[in-house]
Amino acid sequence: MIKAMIRELEEIESAQRTAQGAEFAQLAARRDALLHQLSDLTPEQKVLMARYPRRPKISQYVDALFTDFFEQRGDRQCREDRSILGGIALFHGRPVTVLGHRKGGNIEENLACNFGMPGPEGYRKALRLMKQAEKFGRPVISFIDTPGAYPGMEAEERGQGEAIARNLAEMSRLRVPVISIVTGEGSSGGALALGLADRILMLENAYYSVVTPEGCASILWKDPKKRDEACMALKLTAQDLLGFGVIDGIVPEAVGGAQRDTQALFARLDREIAQALDALEGKDADTLVRERYAKYRRIGLA
Amino acid sequence: MTVTCPACGRETAQAVWHAHLCVCPACGSHQPIAARARLTALCDEGTLAEMNADLVGGDPLDFPGYAKKLAAQREKTGMQEAVMTATGRIDGHPAVLAVLDAQFFMGSMGTGAGEKITRAIEYARDAQLPLIMFSASGGARMQEGFFSLMQMAKTSAAVADFSDKGGLYISVLTHPTTGGVTASFASLGDIMLAEPNALIGFAGPRVIEQTIGQRLPEGFQRSEFQQEHGFIDQIVPRAQMRTVLSRLLRLHEGGVKRT
Repeated sequence: MIKAMIRELEEIESAQRTAQGAEFAQLAARRDALLHQLSDLTPEQKVLMARYPRRPKISQYVDALFTDFFEQRGDRQCREDRSILGGIALFHGRPVTVLGHRKGGNIEENLACNFGMPGPEGYRKALRLMKQAEKFGRPVISFIDTPGAYPGMEAEERGQGEAIARNLAEMSRLRVPVISIVTGEGSSGGALALGLADRILMLENAYYSVVTPEGCASILWKDPKKRDEACMALKLTAQDLLGFGVIDGIVPEAVGGAQRDTQALFARLDREIAQALDALEGKDADTLVRERYAKYRRIGLA
Repeated sequence: MTVTCPACGRETAQAVWHAHLCVCPACGSHQPIAARARLTALCDEGTLAEMNADLVGGDPLDFPGYAKKLAAQREKTGMQEAVMTATGRIDGHPAVLAVLDAQFFMGSMGTGAGEKITRAIEYARDAQLPLIMFSASGGARMQEGFFSLMQMAKTSAAVADFSDKGGLYISVLTHPTTGGVTASFASLGDIMLAEPNALIGFAGPRVIEQTIGQRLPEGFQRSEFQQEHGFIDQIVPRAQMRTVLSRLLRLHEGGVKRT
């Protein structure tokens, strides 16, 4: 439904280039109506937007926001997990470690990246890179976009739970700033394993939840079709979470989705990251770790 | 009054069943034991002191039906939350203890359980006591959404901080330990123990079977499997748990820290 609306919007905009007179006016009216509908999305529509295949991907964020990116591969134990991309790069001339879930931009890439669902090797690679960031004094910037950690046999054999737990423990005491941006899907422990941060930002149409809405609906109501209700009940939108005071900011998107104006998105994100880094880099490591502990310590405190 | 073993179907007199700590005397299968019964059996007589007994979480999302379900769970089990925390002595060795009880809301971790566990860890840190936590959980509690997810971060951060300060943490995995509990504090013990044949994993078996489109082999994700794959130090039958914990506590006394 969201997909169809976006497609229609794009078709109208393309038709407008050649249309004239009454036809143009008609198209403009329909375009305005669509933009109006797309400017006020339900939680379920936001979830679909967060999953929209043409939404900006980790590689685009890396290209747009950083220079001199050097990819680092492998967990040094077992294999390279392509569902997480990571490496060293410069942000406004400062070295940083960049990490993010990688879903891939076409079906071959989707399969190679397992649709952005990491196994333990992916989380262990991420941890290896974060520990290096700490060693060399580089802030960590992570981009979150995953339907969750992969629920497969090999992932279980190699300790999916342990890998996520280890990342949480280590990130909580990492002695460099950590900034996390949920760009699309922030689903369950598989998202959090890259997301325990000093600053948590979310794109306007991203979601962050303990479980996918489909998972919630099928477990609680034995009916995955009740996704809409689950999206409402889970209060998983960026707006809900900012309202609860559990995330730090929302990065606005163009009406109709982040892919419709990536330049504006990247410019805004660049400012947000720069601001967060400026605020965090003045703190000594003890203060950073203490404040990060306190940030999570207070969540849920009765 | 008898108890029928869900594994072998044999009937056992209730008093005998409880004297065996809910381990079937006929087949040896480890059945769920209430948190309080476990702690009472584990600790030296008269040393068990519960902490934060009245601490409960809220309904941060105002989730449909949750308040009612929670009330029903409290009514049914007589417990306020899925975890019981306490101090006590095992063979004279003092420790801080936390026990998740799968009979309350599947042992799921929401803000109440997360807060109680975190307080227990922080208490152990401040009092410089060893920490022993028994897990049995379906994972993060869905009805508290993002707040439950963040309890994974909170409890893991507390374990890391406790560990940095030199604290000993023994994690005991019991049936079943899955999801967000496996993916947080339960996997972070200095010593990792498990009861026999406990289901231990991140994803539940049904989810994995749906994902891969095939049946899982016998014993997949059980304690013995986890030990074979390197995630468990030792599998300890319930009847020997007290002896093993006492030994471990003793083995951790008298180490000399070099700075």
